[in-house]
This record gives sequence, structure tokens and C-alpha cells, in this order.
Amino acid sequence: MSDVTRADICTIACAEAWRGDGEVMASPFGSVPALGARLAKSTFAPDLVLTDGEAALVHGIPTLATKPAELVRESYVPYKTIFAIVWSGRRHIMMMASQVDQFGNQNIAAIGDHARPKAQLVGVRGAPGNSVNHATSYWVPDHNPRSFVASVDVVCGVGNDRAAAAGPGASRFHDLRRVVSNLGVFDFATPDGSMRIASVHPGVSLDEVAAATSFALADIDTDVPVTREPTDTEAGLLNLLDPKGLREREVSA
Amino acid sequence: MADKQTTVSAMADEITSGMTLGIGGWGSRRKPMALVRELLHRDVTDLTLVSYGGPDVGLLVDAGKVAKVICGFVTLDSIALDPLWRAARQAGTVELTEVDEGLFYLGLQAAAWRVPFLPARSGLGSAVQSETPAFKTVANPYVDGPFADPEDAGAELFAMPALRLDVAAIHVNVADTAGSAMVLGPDAHFDDLFLGAATRRFVTAEQVVPAGTLADHGPLERAMIHRLLTDKVAETPGGAHFTANPPDAQRDEAFQKHYAASAKDSETWAAFKERFLAGDEAAYQSAVETWRSEQ
Repeated sequence: MSDVTRADICTIACAEAWRGDGEVMASPFGSVPALGARLAKSTFAPDLVLTDGEAALVHGIPTLATKPAELVRESYVPYKTIFAIVWSGRRHIMMMASQVDQFGNQNIAAIGDHARPKAQLVGVRGAPGNSVNHATSYWVPDHNPRSFVASVDVVCGVGNDRAAAAGPGASRFHDLRRVVSNLGVFDFATPDGSMRIASVHPGVSLDEVAAATSFALADIDTDVPVTREPTDTEAGLLNLLDPKGLREREVSA
Repeated sequence: MADKQTTVSAMADEITSGMTLGIGGWGSRRKPMALVRELLHRDVTDLTLVSYGGPDVGLLVDAGKVAKVICGFVTLDSIALDPLWRAARQAGTVELTEVDEGLFYLGLQAAAWRVPFLPARSGLGSAVQSETPAFKTVANPYVDGPFADPEDAGAELFAMPALRLDVAAIHVNVADTAGSAMVLGPDAHFDDLFLGAATRRFVTAEQVVPAGTLADHGPLERAMIHRLLTDKVAETPGGAHFTANPPDAQRDEAFQKHYAASAKDSETWAAFKERFLAGDEAAYQSAVETWRSEQ
């Protein structure tokens, strides 16, 4: 397995996010989560449901190179129906995060002051609604002190602290699962819902993770597991599902 | 039966300073761009735009027509962020009320149903709430009795206010002279709700056909814009360019790239405006044709 890349490890870590989810819509953002969802569906999560990114659910498992015209569409799901699915809870999204903080608040809207940002990003999009209605995970391809921050500039995806403070309206279906970065896997299995290191990627030191994180990660002083590598079957599927190697372009090692 | 045909120019005449304008479509998909381009030439100012934002928002903001935007994004889809929007935001020249995409839908739905708000979980705990203190919450009234759900007994919900529009404009593939309209592309998005939320309701179309003949142009289920939702229709072929409007036209990705690249620099942007946006719609379409032949 010496030719396993960091991007392969990240993809497996993203795929694992959907393990045990059953028949839900998997909504991955970014090439690595997109590949991870396809890998999960090909192996341990066969009931996952993928969309064509436009207005349909797709039949079977397209690769990252499948052209829109080649997709087999199985049902009609325009945006109005997407929101019906969001609010029903039958979805697990993996969004990207320009910033994520200790309690899993996520920012994709703007860096700096919201009224006049230093850098305008994509906007809140559906993150506020996604994060309080169904399972939510994040993918951060460049883990550094500016992406893992003490406090996000604009709260788009809602973290554990703010969901709890807003009461059952927000917290009842709030379900923050994991954050996958190019350095490790993080979850929130702590008494106060703060971020914990769940595993560190092979070849990454815990010092490196700590230095790249602007807050204290729970459990970093324990015997942290190493993120698993792909099995031989999975390694074959990764190349089959991502023939052009898009995953390698997204991960800074 | 009234004949609702008019021109894009006559529609623009009715859009005046200070109005709230809803624009249909989504991102860089099926935007009423001919009407947007017409507005660039008008002296209208201080508009409030309500849009699943795309180049419609970028262009109108850049042209100084807009005081405020209500949206959850301004995207070109294949390009994450409209560069004119980015520049305006970073210069602080436009006010933004940022809402979640789903809340936006509920705001239009509330206006279309003439109720003051619709409740949601979405928005709670997020910047949607903290950046706009005018947004309120509402307590779940079902704390006991047969309809109470104990899990939500103490819940405060986000009360998404009705997004009432003075004018709404959408673009479709085919409309008829009586004001019914058909969207043949993959998604009609929220265009019926934009119209339902508005006082004055405009449909621009690739083609306007005689009343009662829409079923000759596609499946009747695609004619979801019925005439109770519309006031005026105008034919404007290519009127969604450069946004996607299949089956009439896919997104003009090459031209969109040219737009986005030009908009990043004041000199190239001035040249783009001079070449494509200085004249009327016919001049625009002809300039695009010439540009395309040069590529």
C-alpha cells in the first residue's frame, strides 16, 4: 500500500462519514467528498442516494468523469423537492468550510466584517438550514490556523454551542457529524460538544495538527488512532471512480 | 381574453426607483437578462433586489441601480462568485440581507399565500439571525393539547417574513398571449412564487404563441405558470443569455468566462461594457454573435 496518497486517505475518511446512514441523500461538495460518497455507495453504504446536481436523482453510481448526458436519472427532484428533503431530515451533507471553529460553526460567506468583508465568499447558501435539519459534515482540504479558527467570522453552518443556545427549534435535528481535513478526522464526541481529534492521517504528527489549529483540540494528548488506509478493493474503486485523479488536485499534503 | 403582450422596454418603464424587484431563475440559470440589460440604461436607482442571485445581481449592482440585495448567494454556477458582486461587497457599496436558500423560498411562499411569515428551523443560531436583528422568532403555540409534540414544546422557530415584491420578472421558453407560460428546462425553480409574491408580474419569453396553444410546444405539466400569475408577456429571443435556458440555449460558458474575466479589472470591464452593453438588446445580441465568430 506504499502508493496510497494523502488524497486517498482523505477520500476514505470522507466515505466513512456516510457509513450506517441507510437510505438518505448524500450531498458531497468538493471532489474528495464526491468520490467518498461514491466509494461508500459502492461498498458499505449501498442505499445512499445521489443527485445529478440539477434536478434529478441518479440511478447507479456515476464516476467523477461521467458526463451529464450519460447519467441515468431515476426520479425528478427540482429545487423545491430538495428543500422538502432537507426539511425531512433524509440527507447527510458534506459541505466545505472556509473557516470552522471549536464547536463546529462553519463559514463560507465572508471573511472579516459582514457589512463590508475583507473577502466576499460564496454566501450562506443553504448552510443555516442544512445544519439544523439533517446530518452535516465538513471537508477542509487545507487545514491551517486560518481555516481551523477560534471563532468563525460569519456563522453559516450552526455549531453545537449555538444550536444548544437556540433551543429545541434548532437543536432537535441538529446532527453535526465529523470534519475531515488533509491532516486528520475530527468529531464532537465530547461532553461539551467541542471538537475532538478522532484520527490522524498516516504520516502526520499530532504536533503538526495542533500547530495548524487555532484552538485546543480535545483528546490530542491521548493515544490518537491513525486514519485507516483503503483496502485493495477500495484502492481499485478509487481509480475506477476517479480516473482523472481529481482528488489529488484538491488536497494539499 | 386580454392580450398581455408588450415589450421589454415597456416593462422596464414600470420599474421605478426605490422599488423591490424580484428576479426569477437561479444563479446563472434562466435569468431575464434582456430586462436586466434594459434596466442598465435607465436612471432607476435604490432598487431592492430579491434573487437567487446570478449575473442579474452583479450587473445591476455594478451599474449603481441597487441599494440593497436580499439573497443567499450570487453565483455564476460554473464560476463560484460573480466578480462584480464580490467587488461591490468588498467596497461596501451595497447593503446585504443574507438569508438561507430555503428561508428565501419560504419568504416568497409567505408573500404568495398572503401570510406575514412562515416558521422554520433554518436560520436559528446562524448569522442570518445575528446579522439581521429585524428577523424575529416565534414560539411554538402547541405546548399542550392534542397537537402538541413534546419534543418541540419549548421551541422558538425562525419566523421568515413574507418577501413582498413590487415587481417580479421571470424568463421562460414559451409564453402565450394570454399570459400562461411554459418552462421546458429541467427546473422551474421558484418562478411561480416570485410572481405570486409580486404586485406587478412580468414574463419574458423566447417565443410568444397564440393563447391556448402551449400544449403544442411541450408537455402541459411544464406550463406551470398559469395566467392568474401574470400581467404582461414579452418576446425576447436569447433573452436569458448568457445564463442557461435549455432546450433553447445552454449556458454560454465561453461568454460567461469572458464576462467574469473582464469584470475583474476596471479597464477590461469598461471595454466589455462599451462593446456589449452600450446599445439596445439587438445590439447586444449582434455584438455577442460577432464575438463568438472571433473565438
